[in-house]
Amino acid sequence: MKVVEESPPAPYTMVVMGGSAGSLKALSALLTALPQDFPLPVLLVQHLHPDDDGSFARLLAITARRPVCTPCDKAAIEPGWVYVAPADYHLLVERSGTIALSTEGRVNWSRPSIDVLFESAALAMGNQVIAVILSGASADGAAGIKAIKAAGGVTIAQDPATADYPLMPGTAIETGAVDEVLPIEALGPRLAALAGRPSPQP
Amino acid sequence: MDAIIKNRSHLETIEIDLLLEALYQGYGYDFRSYARASIERRVRQFQVSSGCASVAEMIPQVLHDRDFFLRLVRYFSIAVTELFRDPGVYRAVRERIVPLLKTWPHVKIWHAGCATGEEVYSLAIVLQEEGIFDRTTIYATDFNDAALDQARQGIYATDKLREATRNYQLAGGKRSFSEYYHARYEAAAMDTSLRQRVVFSNHNLVSDSAFGEMHLVFCRNVLIYFNRDLQNRVLGLITESLVHGGFLCLGTKEDLQFTDVHVRYEVVDAKARLFKKKVLP
Repeated sequence: MKVVEESPPAPYTMVVMGGSAGSLKALSALLTALPQDFPLPVLLVQHLHPDDDGSFARLLAITARRPVCTPCDKAAIEPGWVYVAPADYHLLVERSGTIALSTEGRVNWSRPSIDVLFESAALAMGNQVIAVILSGASADGAAGIKAIKAAGGVTIAQDPATADYPLMPGTAIETGAVDEVLPIEALGPRLAALAGRPSPQP
Repeated sequence: MDAIIKNRSHLETIEIDLLLEALYQGYGYDFRSYARASIERRVRQFQVSSGCASVAEMIPQVLHDRDFFLRLVRYFSIAVTELFRDPGVYRAVRERIVPLLKTWPHVKIWHAGCATGEEVYSLAIVLQEEGIFDRTTIYATDFNDAALDQARQGIYATDKLREATRNYQLAGGKRSFSEYYHARYEAAAMDTSLRQRVVFSNHNLVSDSAFGEMHLVFCRNVLIYFNRDLQNRVLGLITESLVHGGFLCLGTKEDLQFTDVHVRYEVVDAKARLFKKKVLP
């Protein structure tokens, strides 16, 4: 049996991000720094209290300069939107480019779990995914970063030195699967460049 | 001839298709129309934990080893819920649905996909406090027998009780939550009076037929595991099971908006995902 080798790098179709304690600062800076016409959807797993009824997403929307939502199951993933995983649901990506939610058990004591999002994005979109891991006091996301890297995607970690809680980006970096370690202010411009929309020099 | 297999991920997709086909043809369990992302995740995890080198290697095991098949099917149906998950929903049921249920002499409720039963007991508590449990029958169904057994026993870990107590209060609970369970060491048994009006039984939404004349169908976080086609089929079955003017409660992140049956319902409480089947279709 002959399996044809993986196809050459494709243009990116989505950004997946994981954040936990202390990530709001980095997230706000990152989203503000993206150009208005940033073409990719951003899917975010932020560790939230199970009671959060979308207040984190509303807080993020204030500075995001682009539409932010907490999606329902089967929602279509649209360019330029930010999708925040609802509290107490895992967020997954379908090959068809839609959102899937799940109430399976916690992964890394978390629901939503960053690993679940990253692994499903790697499976559904292969090398077309850019993954970013931000501040947090958890090891969630490290396995997901490895999956993204193995599928040929781009992996970025917030520089732990600039993170309020360095454990999460640090654990991801220790896997050896992180391509780039960047300070907060460099995250947005780098994503813009990867998406072919370099931001103008300040 | 050129290979049609594009890459490793495509190969695995084919293997998963064949595995699901084996489950269907061998045992009648149809997971082919399940939402793909979740089922793929479970297949991969089960593959790793079972020591199979590939998904393809699981196929002969599924076909020849009944125990392997049973473990896999159970693994597919693991959804984890809590007592009074989404307390606002129970508050809405108490305030907006129960007063209308009271107008029927006997109330029939179908809890479709009840898993390990936490939400069945939650609903039973609300109905008991509102004084209609005595003339209610709750049909609590799931296709997973192991989960149903757990639901029948109604024994849950005590470390969940603190959150459950808080949720119960947020749901508008009228008593002390501790009146509803008996805790011993690490386990809490739900009070047996709560299942006096509950019939637990095996029912598969994918392959079994409708239930008759229900006044309320609770089907929360079940449809998220199905693809659009299967969702529409199951929603058709649920709609057929409801009396005119009966109620449907979905998960808080599920919606009727883009489904075939949306014209058959009006919204009672958008946030709690409570719908009423229109009297005239």
